[in-house]
Parts: sequence; C-alpha cells; structure tokens
Amino acid sequence: MLTINLPKTFKVKYLLIALALFYLILVLLLPAIAVFYEAFHKGVEPFIQAMGDRNFQSALQLTVVMALISVPLNTVFGLCAAWVLARNQFPGRALFLSVLDLPFSISPVVAGLMIVLLYGKNGWIGSWFASWDIQIIFSVPGMAIATIFVTLPFVAREVIPVLEELGPEQEEAARTLGAKDWQIFWRVTLPNIRWGLLYGVLLTNARAMGEFGAVAVVSGSILGKTSTLPIFVEQEYKNYQTEAAFGAAVVLALLAVVTLVLKEILEQRTGHHKAV
Amino acid sequence: MTTNLPFSSPSKQLNRFSFWQSISIPWVVTIIYLLLILVLPIAALLVKSASLGLEGFWQIATTPIAISTYNVTFITALAAGLVNGVMGTLVAWVLVRCQFPGKKIVDAMVDLPFALPTSVAGLVLATLYSQTGWVGRFFAPFGIQIAFSRLGVFVAMVFISLPFIVRTLQPVLQELEEEAEEAAWSLGATEFQTFWRVIFPPLIPPILTGIALGFSRAVGEYGSVVLIASNIPFKDLIAPVLVFERLEQYDYPAATVIGAVLLSVSLILLLIINLLQQWGRRYAND
Repeated sequence: MLTINLPKTFKVKYLLIALALFYLILVLLLPAIAVFYEAFHKGVEPFIQAMGDRNFQSALQLTVVMALISVPLNTVFGLCAAWVLARNQFPGRALFLSVLDLPFSISPVVAGLMIVLLYGKNGWIGSWFASWDIQIIFSVPGMAIATIFVTLPFVAREVIPVLEELGPEQEEAARTLGAKDWQIFWRVTLPNIRWGLLYGVLLTNARAMGEFGAVAVVSGSILGKTSTLPIFVEQEYKNYQTEAAFGAAVVLALLAVVTLVLKEILEQRTGHHKAV
Repeated sequence: MTTNLPFSSPSKQLNRFSFWQSISIPWVVTIIYLLLILVLPIAALLVKSASLGLEGFWQIATTPIAISTYNVTFITALAAGLVNGVMGTLVAWVLVRCQFPGKKIVDAMVDLPFALPTSVAGLVLATLYSQTGWVGRFFAPFGIQIAFSRLGVFVAMVFISLPFIVRTLQPVLQELEEEAEEAAWSLGATEFQTFWRVIFPPLIPPILTGIALGFSRAVGEYGSVVLIASNIPFKDLIAPVLVFERLEQYDYPAATVIGAVLLSVSLILLLIINLLQQWGRRYAND
C-alpha cells in the first residue's frame, strides 16, 4: 500500500503525495491563509483601527513584557541546567531530565491552577506576599510566573545535546591554561553552543508571547490591564469584535511566521533535525 | 589556579576542581529555580488534593459533569491522535521520501501549530468551520455542524497534535535503509509483503510514540478548544475548560481535583511515552 518507491506504483505514489498535501492544506495552510484574509479582506483600515485601540496597545505591551521577563530568566536557568545535566553524571539524572520536561506534558490550565494555588492569597508563597500587600495572582507577576513555567524547558533542552556532543575537552584545556570560569564560559563554551542556544531562545520567546491557557488562568482577564495579545484575541472574539480579534491575531500569526523562518535558518546552520 | 597539578592523577584532580569551582553556581541556580517554578507548584496541587481526603476527592472527581468532560476530552483526543497517526505517518513519509517543489516550505509549515498561539488557532478554526466558513459551509447543507460542537473540538485537537506524529516519525524514516526494502523486493516479496513485514515493523514504536505525544497534547489543550467549542456541559465541554470555569467560580476544590486527574493522566502518558521510546531504541539497535 505504501511501497511508493517501487517503479510499478508511480500512480499510487502521486496519489499518496496528493493526499498528504491535501491534508496539510486543509489542516495547516487554510487556517494560516484565513488569518490574513479575515484581517485584511476589508482593506487595511479595520486593521489599522484595531491597532490604534488602547486595549490592543496595552495587550501588546504586556506581551512584550512577558517575553522580556521570561526569556532572560529561562535562558540563564537553561544554561545552568544544561551544564549540570551535560557535564555531570549523578544518580537520578534520567529522572531529572524527565522532570525538566514536565511543563510540556502538563496542561497549561493545570499549570495555571498550580500557580494560583501556590501564589494565591491562601497559598504557601502567596500568603507570605499578601502580608506585604503584594498581589501576585490576577496581576502581572503571576502571569510572568505562568509564562516562565510553560517555557521552562526550551533552552535547556536545546543546549544539552549540543554540550554533550561538544564534550568537556576544550573547557578542560582552557582551565589548564589558567582560564577562569567566566572566561571559559564566555570564550569557550558560549561560542560553541551559540546556535543551539539561539534556537532555544527563539522557541522560548515564541511560546512566551503566544501562551494563552496558563496566562489566562492567572490573569483574571481585566481588559486593558492584564491582557496579553492571545487573551485579547479571545476577549474580542467573545465580545463579537471579530475585526479587532483578527487584527491582534494577525500580529501573532506574523510572529509565528517569523519564528518558523528563523527556526528554519537555525536548523540549517546547526544541522539540527526537526524534533518535537 | 590549577598550575601545580600532581603528575600522578591529573585528570582526577581536574574533575574535582571543575566540580567544586565551576559547577556549583549552575547547580545552585538549577535546583532553586526548579524548586520554585516547578516542584513547589506541583506540590501545592498535590497537597491541596490530598487535603480533601480520598473520599472527598473521589466524590468530586466522579460527578456526572466531570465524567462527561473526561469522556469528551479523552475520546476526542484519541480520535484526533489516531487520525493523525495515519495521516501524519503519510505526511512524514512523503516529506522524507518524495521530492517536489516547495517541499521545504511544506516541511517548515508542519511546525505551525507549535508556533501559532492557541487562541489564534481557535479563532481561525472557529471561523473556518462555522456554518458560513470556508470549510463549514460544505457541511452545513448536510446538517453537520462543526464549530460549536464536539466535531469542532476534534478539529482543534487534530490541528494542534499533527506536528507531534510527523516530527517523531521523520528522523526514524530518514534512518530507515532503503536497501532493506529493495532487498526484500528483489528476493521476491510482493509490495504488500515488503510494506507489512519490512517497512512497517520498525515504524510501530515511533508511530505509537507520536500518537501518545499528540494525544497527551490534545488532552491538555485549552486555548484552541475553548474558542471553537460551545463549552456546554455534557455536549462539548472538555476537562481543562471545566478546570478554568471552576477556578472562575472560586470553586478551588473542584478545580484542584479535576486538575489533579489531568496531571495524573499526563504523568501516566509521560511514562508510556518513555517506555515506547525505549522500545523504539531497542528496535533501532537490532
């Protein structure tokens, strides 16, 4: 049925290619085109109007803030975790790796729920902050924590295989030549892992700006105050403001397209094979 | 710093030095960060669930509405995973084995569901599959409603789970040697035999892994489903949306219990996926 390499089955081969392409067009391409069509089919004016909306602008700002908080923190953590896991053998290392991947398996809503339970005013950490009159849940800090949670594994995951392949020899050589830890990191390790690191940062950024479920749970969704762009899309859609929803959607879709293009470029540079 | 290494065991000495001097900061950062961001929130959920007691937990977990959401979530996610198990395998095969213009773009496009925010996916799918949408209008004359029904949930889950199967299968197909097929074929095997006995067996573990990954993602999906479904209980309400609604009503015990059920399912799936991957690796080594 699928032995499409055999010369006799040229027709089957083309039929299967056509079927696969039809499926991809239906499932992936059509939605991608529809985002842009819906946003622009009445011209650019509705789009520009949507962009001028104050709620849109504050949502855009908050989206950028989410990325600005979570990307650097998760990059530092990712580098540390990657070093720990790639350069050390210790009991429980495999378990450690699985735990690191947990945010990908846990439903974003459940992730948000956990953060509400921990940082809410009755939670272990939240009650401590509440005594200082600092609110975390239903405000920006909580949303940032939720974003950090869901984007936690990306950098570490991309850097670990690069570090493992690299081996510790160059670092050890630098050390015997008298280099200090920081020097080794900046001048030996970092240049070697830069593309893998960038790949991880790219994925972290895309997810940080695009996360909806986890952030929606902790945001309390006060329009114009705790909305990120993905939340803004949902709220406008629910309020039958379809044009505004698609205006924001198109911005996020552009972000996705840029991410995919950069991803492709980085994959070619690193010989990184596509993986989930 | 390490200029006076003894000649006897330089490497051992080096390791000890590197361990204490350079690894300690990354260790501290990693452990504190993981505790704060990952372990404590999970612990908070588990402790809160445990505080309800076994009976209380069971009672909330098995209310009719909860059970109906499990039903919608798991069965629809399984259907989406299976459809993608077949179609994703075909897509991966075409992407690895066939050459055609624009293949690179098609290949890059497979990652779209990863890159597109889920609320955008939900918005655009709801529009496409509504009664007047580009796709929905073909089904409307037959009385088939896709958006705002369980079929809509299925469409959203198919969309978000497709890359998992394709990306799991692609590297395996790339490593699969064409020689084995040709050998089987030249030894007189029919096409069917070649497929069934040579090509297919090593693909079983990665296909199952991909389906499990896609299923796991679909079970936890919230964003795209909440926009395309009508979220009516007993009809198309999924478990993650129920968690969200309970939280909005400040019904923390119910949210916690259903969240804990979803977490356990995720953990079990993670275990299954790990076992499947080990099975796949054994296959690859043989």
